[in-house]
Amino acid sequence: MWAMAMKEFRQMRRDRRTLAMMILLPVLLLVVFGYAASFDVDRVRTVVVGPRAGQVAAALPERLEVVRVAPGEGREDAVEALRDAEAAVAVVTGEGGQPQVLVDGADLFSARSVVTELRGRPGLPTPEVLFNPGLETSAIMVPGLMGVVLVFVGTIATALGVVRERQSGTLEQLAVMPFKARDVLAGKLLPYLGVAVVDLAVIVIVGVLLFDVPFNGSPLVFALGALLFLFCTVGIGVLISTVSETQGQAIQLAIMTMLPQILLSGLIFPIQAMAAGVRWISYLLPLTYFVQVARGVMVRGAPFEALLLPLGMLAVLGAVVFGLSIARFRRDLAPSGRHRDPGPAAEDQGEDAPTRAGAR
Amino acid sequence: MTTWGCRGLEVRYGATVACQDVGFEVAAGTVAAVVGGDGAGKTSLLRALAGTVRPAAGTVRRPAERRLGYVSAGPGVWADLTVDENLSFAGRAYGLDPAELGRRVGSLLERTGLATARGRLAGQLSGGMRQKLALAMAVAHQPDLLILDEPTTGVDPVSRAELWRLLAASAAGGAAVVVATTYLDEAERAATVLVLDRGRGLLAGTPDEVLAATPGLVVEGTARPPGVPSWRRGARWRAWSPDGSTPPGTRPATLDLEDAVIVAQLRQEPGWSSGGSGRAA
Repeated sequence: MWAMAMKEFRQMRRDRRTLAMMILLPVLLLVVFGYAASFDVDRVRTVVVGPRAGQVAAALPERLEVVRVAPGEGREDAVEALRDAEAAVAVVTGEGGQPQVLVDGADLFSARSVVTELRGRPGLPTPEVLFNPGLETSAIMVPGLMGVVLVFVGTIATALGVVRERQSGTLEQLAVMPFKARDVLAGKLLPYLGVAVVDLAVIVIVGVLLFDVPFNGSPLVFALGALLFLFCTVGIGVLISTVSETQGQAIQLAIMTMLPQILLSGLIFPIQAMAAGVRWISYLLPLTYFVQVARGVMVRGAPFEALLLPLGMLAVLGAVVFGLSIARFRRDLAPSGRHRDPGPAAEDQGEDAPTRAGAR
Repeated sequence: MTTWGCRGLEVRYGATVACQDVGFEVAAGTVAAVVGGDGAGKTSLLRALAGTVRPAAGTVRRPAERRLGYVSAGPGVWADLTVDENLSFAGRAYGLDPAELGRRVGSLLERTGLATARGRLAGQLSGGMRQKLALAMAVAHQPDLLILDEPTTGVDPVSRAELWRLLAASAAGGAAVVVATTYLDEAERAATVLVLDRGRGLLAGTPDEVLAATPGLVVEGTARPPGVPSWRRGARWRAWSPDGSTPPGTRPATLDLEDAVIVAQLRQEPGWSSGGSGRAA
């Protein structure tokens, strides 16, 4: 038994990445997620419109953080502010009587906290919940979960597909074939993208039919968001594959990128409830922006213009991740730069600073 | 005549020098063997020739990538594709049109004896069949330079002979063939031989030139002769007599490539470079 334990210990000690994951990751996760794990929303962004906007804004409870006061605007403008995710609450005032309070049901935790607070105070108006009137959790979770499924397909399947090529020794074979690195990558990724698109369509249909998730916005905007998000997840998958020798290592790294995305993207815990120190991590995660796009399009029916920021961020993150992954993949596949030489014969000159071997 | 190869080649992996000042040439229509033990630098030399490793120094001359065929030391085939699918993939990768591809695949399947296995997954083939498939994939586009990294290692003798027949056929078709091997009997079939030891070229030339360059005398006997380096060959002992004398109980042996390589390696060791005092190998 001791011989077996010693052998195992020695193997574990040499697999430094796994060892680091076993020791450091739990601590890191506990600290990060400890600060993130909160459903309590203290401040809710609020716009106040109508003739008495200034007067009513001053009298609102502290929880409602007024971000805009617009006496010249009316209910339609207030609804638009919620649809565009400018605020989670809109207060519409008239010449007299009680103001209307509109709440964005797609911002579930903010909406619940406001509804609870207003209903518990006599004399305050009854809030009207828009987009998700029943404050259904499924209507909010299912669009976000689509992103999680895309992370699974895009990141894990892609990373495994590329690493399998390296682990089985066929990446070296590909390296000598007359392919450009981008052709190998594109050809390799196309089937995974195809599967991911089919997956996405199935999830949308199941979500709408089985869980009554609304689809109020433009399918084209949703498709654009999903495509940009896939671009990011597949890029992360390729990046993982370029630093992994085995499929086991690729899975470890994929999980390390997935956990923060699932827990810090606003999918489960509202971002505005997170400590400021971890909130910035959320803003670096592609799933954060896909969740915004999916909920925006499906639940609120947000138009393209209202989603420019998350769509733009997905495009930027995708370009950065994909650019990095292509550069690393190219270095793995064609270290001699041979694929850039179309001539009848090639001659390599030695260099002072050679790259590492492409084939391992 | 077109020749491919390298001059003053140096390959490094970080601080490790895999090849140093290696020169090598292979002419069209010939087979060149690269011989050496584990860690001798064979794979690094072949990778530099194929272009998957950038040399730290020296020059490498090879044809354009579409005119190059390569069988790596790994499996070289996609285990979850069938024999047919592997060949089709290789042919398409090198730009063969469907009609030409169909003709060549049919011909290669016949020549390699894989016709009856064309629907089987490559991962289910025996080692010899898998290597024949890898070779067929590498020659499907009729390359000018064919590079094979130990294609016969772990392969049974019959399959080894078949693989060499296919290599010879490629050379007869005009290709320059470079094959790394640890089997010296195979290397004797090549037109030229390069023997590598610890990343450096130890011997080079035709097999006859390599044998002729061996100094002293190789002898054989039934018992281990004292005072000279000796090694077993089957049931008998062979020994190298640096000064050309015949130790008691031995007689001159018919020198072959294996003896020549052992002698060359012995000469690298201190004390034997000029025929020193007795040491057992």
